[in-house]
Amino acid sequence: MARLFVPLVLVAVLLFAAAPLVVANAPFEQTMGLIQKIFYFHVPSAMLMFVSAFVCGIASAVFLFRRSAVADRVALAAGELVVLFGAIVLVTGPLWARKAWGVWWEWDARLTSALLLWMIFLAYLLVRRFGGPGSEKLAGAMALFGMANVPFVYVSVNYWRTLHPKTSVVMTLAPGMRAAFWFCVAAFAALYVLLLTLRKRLEDRQAEVEQLYLAAED
Amino acid sequence: MTRLLPLIVLCALLPGALALAQVPASPPSAQGDFVPLSQLPAQTEQLPAAPLLMGAYAFVWIALLGYVWSLWRRMATLERELADLRRRVQKP
Repeated sequence: MARLFVPLVLVAVLLFAAAPLVVANAPFEQTMGLIQKIFYFHVPSAMLMFVSAFVCGIASAVFLFRRSAVADRVALAAGELVVLFGAIVLVTGPLWARKAWGVWWEWDARLTSALLLWMIFLAYLLVRRFGGPGSEKLAGAMALFGMANVPFVYVSVNYWRTLHPKTSVVMTLAPGMRAAFWFCVAAFAALYVLLLTLRKRLEDRQAEVEQLYLAAED
Repeated sequence: MTRLLPLIVLCALLPGALALAQVPASPPSAQGDFVPLSQLPAQTEQLPAAPLLMGAYAFVWIALLGYVWSLWRRMATLERELADLRRRVQKP
């Protein structure tokens, strides 16, 4: 992984720096016009929020059932990224909605369930930070519930009446929009892997510090 | 993290506050006269999209750069602590 780190940084920075140019050159949507371009950052962020919730949930399951300290560190790193990408989704979405729907927020199934998902992982981080000894097991169980919430958030637009576009939008994009969209997804995915690696490395260092404190006491 | 707590609580409460702040739309008043289409004023954009779009993109960049900065700062603190502890452990 250490050998891949520098190329990963370069790829992530290049893709992310080029993304605004790609988005600017993407065609305008017929009814929403300029504001629809929020889509190119909003949806990849939502996808990574879901992916990160799965990474956190699966790593938490491995930690709970196999007592793996490495899995626990991955879970914490991924949990923090759920909150980061979730914050991006929950801020860019209302900015788009204000123009497209005329309101900042609507308590429909998609928006409410996405907010709940974000709050579950925010609670996960708070339990990890302030829960005291043994809180990682409680937090791990919370991450499992958070992960179980993801499919409901995803399909909510197809089953409940909502102003939010359905999941089919991504698959039916016009060619110019499709290329720009998948470019942004690749840029965000590279950035996600980079941030997860960095955050996990931070937890590794933290574990080393704790071991050294024990050694110093002995 | 402790210093960020008020911000986190604010973020968690914000959607509820926004919902309370939204006033239900009142029904449109009865129409007094009919206006021919040709006499309508030119359509202008009621709410410009550019500030909202720029706000969204600015938030994305600030959030990501802020997170990278916080990682870098936390890593630097830990590295210092680690070096200090290694010195203490190696001392006879």
